[in-house]
Amino acid sequence: MLALVLLYLGLILALPLGAMTLRALEAGPRALWAAFADPAAREGLILTLVLAAIALVANGLAGIGAALVLVRHRFLGRRLLDVLVDLPLAVSPVMTGLAFLLVFGRGGWLEPWLEVAGLKVSFAFPGLVLATLFVTFPFTLREVAYVLIELGTDEEEAAVTLGASPWQTFRLVTLPNLRYGLGYGLVLTLARALGEFGAVLVIGGAISGHTQTATTFIYNAIEERQEAAAYSMALVLAAASVLFLLALEWIKRQRRKER
Amino acid sequence: MTRIGVALAPERGGRVVRLAVLAYIGALVLLPLAALAQHGLAGGLGALWRTLASPGALHALWLTFWSAGVMALINALMGTATAWALVRYAFPGRAALSALVDLPFAIPTLVTGVMLVLLYGPQGRVGGWLAGQGWPVAFAAPGILLALLFVTLPFVVRAVEPVLLEQDPAEEEAARTLGAGDLAIFLRVLLPPLLPAVLSGGVRSFARALGEFGSIVVVSGNIPYRTLTAPVYIFGEIEAGSPEAAAAVSLVLLLLAVALTWAARLLERLSGVRGV
Amino acid sequence: MSIRVSHLCKRFGSGANQFVAVDDVSLEVGGGELVAFLGPSGSGKSTILRIIAGLEQADSGSVHFAGRQADHLHARSRGVGFVFQHYALFRHMSVAENIAFGLRVQGKSKDEQRRRVAELLDLMGLAGLGERYPAQLSGGQRQRVALARALAPEPQVLLLDEPFGAVDARVREELRHWLRRLHDEVHVTSIFVTHDQEEAFSVADKVIVINRGRVEQAASPAEILDHPATEFVARFIGEANVYEGVARDGQVPVGALRVPADGLPDGTPVTAVLRFYDLKFWRDDRGFARVTRTMTLGDRVKVEAVIDDGPVIYSQFPRRSSLLAGIEPGCRIHVEVTLARLYPQGGATPAVTVQLQ
Repeated sequence: MLALVLLYLGLILALPLGAMTLRALEAGPRALWAAFADPAAREGLILTLVLAAIALVANGLAGIGAALVLVRHRFLGRRLLDVLVDLPLAVSPVMTGLAFLLVFGRGGWLEPWLEVAGLKVSFAFPGLVLATLFVTFPFTLREVAYVLIELGTDEEEAAVTLGASPWQTFRLVTLPNLRYGLGYGLVLTLARALGEFGAVLVIGGAISGHTQTATTFIYNAIEERQEAAAYSMALVLAAASVLFLLALEWIKRQRRKER
Repeated sequence: MTRIGVALAPERGGRVVRLAVLAYIGALVLLPLAALAQHGLAGGLGALWRTLASPGALHALWLTFWSAGVMALINALMGTATAWALVRYAFPGRAALSALVDLPFAIPTLVTGVMLVLLYGPQGRVGGWLAGQGWPVAFAAPGILLALLFVTLPFVVRAVEPVLLEQDPAEEEAARTLGAGDLAIFLRVLLPPLLPAVLSGGVRSFARALGEFGSIVVVSGNIPYRTLTAPVYIFGEIEAGSPEAAAAVSLVLLLLAVALTWAARLLERLSGVRGV
Repeated sequence: MSIRVSHLCKRFGSGANQFVAVDDVSLEVGGGELVAFLGPSGSGKSTILRIIAGLEQADSGSVHFAGRQADHLHARSRGVGFVFQHYALFRHMSVAENIAFGLRVQGKSKDEQRRRVAELLDLMGLAGLGERYPAQLSGGQRQRVALARALAPEPQVLLLDEPFGAVDARVREELRHWLRRLHDEVHVTSIFVTHDQEEAFSVADKVIVINRGRVEQAASPAEILDHPATEFVARFIGEANVYEGVARDGQVPVGALRVPADGLPDGTPVTAVLRFYDLKFWRDDRGFARVTRTMTLGDRVKVEAVIDDGPVIYSQFPRRSSLLAGIEPGCRIHVEVTLARLYPQGGATPAVTVQLQ
């Protein structure tokens, strides 16, 4: 059985990864550099990093808040909310982009108000932010929620009997216990934000120098048959994902050590 | 569901957080999905039906369903086997392999597509040879399957692993002392507690595969009536300036996503490992 | 500070799953007393404790501290120290930080925190362990840290939920003495919950026996042992033989055994509770019971016998007791009841204790 599993993982995971690594070795470090040298690529990368930073902060906070509400509060519609927060994992990124277009785009629900306010969301930066926030929303929330469930309420009740206010209980007792789950969720959020493609393509339109992100840069480069540019940006993202993988593994180790 | 005592009941600050969370989720998740559903139904049920029954849409949905179904089946089997190998066997490189299983969560799906084309594309080392044998992978159904298997690999493994870790080996030993054979032990003792986790992982990977776009759009070649999946079809309709047709197909996928997510949550509560 | 609980009720769940945890409980604990809530698991004793602490809300009834109603007070302002069954220590804080927590959230100065922590580490026999983390401590040490943490803010009331449930037998014995000595030193009004009668009787000034969400009896340990108020108490404390029967001619026949029941009207259905140490067995070839087994339990011997035409009966004797002479499996014995407790069924007639001189 072990042999079968290794064969399977080799075929599914290792082979494509190996092809990418070989390609990277052939191209050498110069290819990586090319991604930073080309201004369009550089701008795409910077835009992606800005979007990822926003997602980290916003969904880090919202994830902790939503996990607390889902696990520790009792209210009507909690089960419904529980399904709703998981939906971004099951909805196609293309549909996400489309959904935001239908709210903010031409003929969308909010178009009249946006026009009055002079705000442009679709094919602009705010649209990219919304799409990124949508697709990365569940990660921190889920990881934090699992830890909260495992943690139970004993320590928090102990803090309350010792006179702690809700904020003191959260800051001094709950939050320190969440740190590894939070870290894990944030790394997943970061990885997803950097790698998001379909949603930002549809809502942003991948306009070079304006709404073109790292992934949509790759897509445009492939469409224009500039394969070298596509591969060097893909290499940059693949290298980043290896770093994320190492970070995830490190967090898992730390967590195990504390048990 | 654990009870929450009155001492931890939300006070004013907690209620403010709850309102903020509900507003955030309402604006970020519920509002756009509601718009999607409304536009899908905008022309009435008749129009919806006509759009869905068009040969292009029908073929795209059919291709998406069967490829996701086949993938989910393979994934359920091999994911369980992988989790089993990671938990029950000690072999050199196990830690590295366990880390590698999470790679699909870390790598952009578009990059996955690029990797697969590098390997299996007509100019690729393996792809060129396979195509020469009459077995094209990229720009054909096998490429779609491989891409789906790659991006959904962690779902079943990570669902089954914690259940396996919690399983008491004494149960297996008890069954053995009672004279049960290998097959009977597997079917009667080991499998039943795993089943909800295997199913929830399978359901989640199926749902994920229905919506997969980044890897498919690169690897499938997007040939109408042959390798054009539903998400790529939706993308094409948006590009072609007919968002209503895109919304109609989206509505079908959205309803499925809701049903599948609901089922996955139910199964996760049953498997007891990750139940809110 | 005295505690008064009146007409407390608490239900959990709803519909078919509804479960009455506390059913009209009233009780009183005097200032400075050390009281045990004794009962089987699921009897509602922990729930009552959690309601007193403000961790749960009662459906009805009220709690008074020193004569003042406390129901509207949040758990954080009740001045109650609570020791949790599984310690609930803050796992990311050192022992010293755990103990200082209550003072810290009240905004006490660092100096004061340090002083009090040192004092409590000393009092609890934890000196030198202040920098350790909970994971590095033994079960007994953790429990003492939990106790120190609860005592640090000088609570008016100390509540302990199964405080010794999670440690092994030897440490449990040690911690009991600890708790008793500690209470004699600090004199804070204390309630602890336990399902172990030995624990309740050896530590507490007063024992409140709780079953199915109701108070069965509240009295001193001696009073409960000598005069169990209800059939449940009699069964629960001390090991006992329990028989159902009907009174006839001042006796309740149990097979060939006649349990004395002076004063009970004929035809009264009763439950007879015969405690092991209220029975005498001796070898008698014309006796009406036959020994089936003898078991050595440390310094005592438990004897199992079958009454002719009747059920099994047990008794226990010190190992060197003269009553054990000649008793072995298969031999016939005479059974003498030195003290019987009879509880008329339906509870209409009061319980009867019959003592033979």
